[in-house]
Amino acid sequence: MSNNRSALLVGVGGQGAILTAKVLVNGLMKAGYDVKMSEVHGMSQRGGSVSTQVHWGDKVNSPVIGKGAADIIVSFEKMEAVRYADFLKPGGIVVVNDYEMASSSIAAGLATYPEGCLEALQSHFETHAVKAAEIAEGLGTSRCMNIVLFGAMVKALGMEDICDWEEVIKETVPPKFIELNVNAYRAGYAAVEK
Amino acid sequence: MKKHLLSGNEAIARGAYEAGVKVASAYPGTPSTEILENLPQYKADLYSEWAPNEKVATEVAYGASLAGLRSLCAMKHVGLNVAADPVFTAAYNGVNGGFVIVTADDPSMHSSQNEQDNRYYAKSAKLPMLEPSDSQECLDFMKAAYDISERFDMPVLFRTTTRVAHSKSLVEFGERTEHPAPAYVRNPRKNIASPANAMLNHPKLEANFEELRKYANECPLNKVEMKGTKIGVISASIAYEYAKDAFPEDTSFLKLGMTNPLPMDLIRDFASKVEKLYVIEELEPFMEEQIKAAGIACEGKKFTGLCYELNPQLIKERVFGEKAETVDVGVKAVSRPPALCPGCPHRGFFYTMSKHKDYVVAGDIGCYTLGGSAPLSAVDSVVCMGGGFSIAMGFAKAFELSGQTDKKVFGVVGDSTFFHSGMTGAAEISYNKGNLIPVVLDNSITGMTGHQDNPGSGYTLQGEIAERIRIEDVLAAYGFKNIIIVDPQDLKAMEKAVQDALASEEKAAIICRRPCVLIKRIKHNFGTCVVDTDKCVGCKMCLKVGCPAVTVENGKAHIDASQCVGCTVCAQVCPMGAISRKE
Repeated sequence: MSNNRSALLVGVGGQGAILTAKVLVNGLMKAGYDVKMSEVHGMSQRGGSVSTQVHWGDKVNSPVIGKGAADIIVSFEKMEAVRYADFLKPGGIVVVNDYEMASSSIAAGLATYPEGCLEALQSHFETHAVKAAEIAEGLGTSRCMNIVLFGAMVKALGMEDICDWEEVIKETVPPKFIELNVNAYRAGYAAVEK
Repeated sequence: MKKHLLSGNEAIARGAYEAGVKVASAYPGTPSTEILENLPQYKADLYSEWAPNEKVATEVAYGASLAGLRSLCAMKHVGLNVAADPVFTAAYNGVNGGFVIVTADDPSMHSSQNEQDNRYYAKSAKLPMLEPSDSQECLDFMKAAYDISERFDMPVLFRTTTRVAHSKSLVEFGERTEHPAPAYVRNPRKNIASPANAMLNHPKLEANFEELRKYANECPLNKVEMKGTKIGVISASIAYEYAKDAFPEDTSFLKLGMTNPLPMDLIRDFASKVEKLYVIEELEPFMEEQIKAAGIACEGKKFTGLCYELNPQLIKERVFGEKAETVDVGVKAVSRPPALCPGCPHRGFFYTMSKHKDYVVAGDIGCYTLGGSAPLSAVDSVVCMGGGFSIAMGFAKAFELSGQTDKKVFGVVGDSTFFHSGMTGAAEISYNKGNLIPVVLDNSITGMTGHQDNPGSGYTLQGEIAERIRIEDVLAAYGFKNIIIVDPQDLKAMEKAVQDALASEEKAAIICRRPCVLIKRIKHNFGTCVVDTDKCVGCKMCLKVGCPAVTVENGKAHIDASQCVGCTVCAQVCPMGAISRKE
């Protein structure tokens, strides 16, 4: 259990967290780890806050963790990183998309988007803010934002050598999106300094 | 051997296939839906279908069992409430081919209206209950379940929870075994649940259950993992995985795969070998109460609590007082509840209802439950599948009896919910002279659970074209003479439909018909709405439709082009004509 690692992928329903988790898990399986992951389906997918957990190591028991237990949070949206920050271990890593999506309460004018999310994260954790939306659009479509963030995560965790990630992406995404996603992975990887 | 990463639901489907199941039926419900969704891949070997509701699914599967085949039905926890009637009597009558009923419970109510603990169904109906804790067990236990069902002549209840059903872990496959039905022989003594036969079947069930009780103590699904003698933990399902991470390394475990009946001899023996015994389970003290009643000292619920899911950190905190260290970053995230999607056809109906604050709207289970969320806030109650019609009937009769004749009552169900159990409510409203308007929100699909077909959608689970049942024909047959079919996205027409229905001399019903924007096989006419900022005065009327794509930025309306599909509901409510649609 002590060598096990836990990642939380968080965002807004429909942002592609599940595909990202699939790429991660396929790589971890190739590297020979025991892997468990947990997703949430159903109502929360309708524009709500969603989280996918991935755990790996020699032997994994629980597919979910509680507060203070994650090694890394990869957040597809800025405010969501703040929402789940208390799931991180002290000294954990944050990879956060520098991208805002209004919640329905913000859209309805009932609340305002919180200020200072990035600064708050940076002052407590090793935080890598990535402009994944801009990078993805530069590659042709914002839809590959998730794999940009995945590339950033691999760099942040120093996991580049556990398997051939580009090969894993090729095997996981639909054929016509392979080039786009490999480029997204490379751009995300390059966006993190470590 | 090759390992596959499967969710619990995918592994249950694989397990059913390997166990030689021939007939499988279900009604979709989170977190059980993917079990049946993963069966059409085996359609050369087994038949799978979506039934109109869980009771029908259970009866179809049970009928196939009586005919001698191995069969499966699956449902979410509240679905078993719907299916309970045949389940209790099937326990008396017994099976022919093996028969397994999957119940997927939802602690923490990720996508449910309650977190009832369905282990009590097993106790109440006197049925064996199996509880896997990871995906490999989901597959292996399915095969064991069919052997137990046939050996003890009983249906088997197979319980997962959200974290078992939707977590993925590594699974090794086996081969399918075939279990052809023997030649069918009529057996009225066993299979006709008349009082005289039931009088004989009840003691037979009790005798079988006593045999099962003995078997539980040697059942290979119950495992002792002896380490130290200081602490022992009895656990099952996902709570076992949590406890493995939460308790010290030298803790001994009694891991139960069969939780009804409990293997009390095995438990007593395990308890005698450890100094302190804990029972770790989510929700109710199902095991703990029985173990205590057997005179065995143990503790659990006084630490773990009755509400919501557990996890390893919560167990550590509640049992050992070891609270995980967390960091407060000092910024608070605003809540992000789910909302109706941009372009959702339900929006037009609920916006129209929101304009009439005095209308009483009994809602139902589905995406359209979200019509009750701000800013639409246009629903008075949501209880259960099909309740939209019949709860509204109760409202209407109560208002009538208390002389509140000005109250306008609407009962709302979706298309799949209409076929599930809304039809009986429609018969009630028509026959018993309900003073209310039944409304069917027909988006041509079972939406919230992720787009399953239903009798109104025209396709079967195995992908065949079927003759769709027209909701208006059903309502007409029930005596509704004035059936108004309207596109809810046309707000003027929607308002007119509501007023026409209220003014109708004849029994009126409304069908709001427009397909869900997420249905892939339909060609949608998508566009984008844009704001003319010169015309926009920042009145925020457009925010009242509750669309995630519409915000106000710097005092002007803003529409997120990446989310907008051009439904124009916001444009129709703009008093300045500042929003228009671009193709």
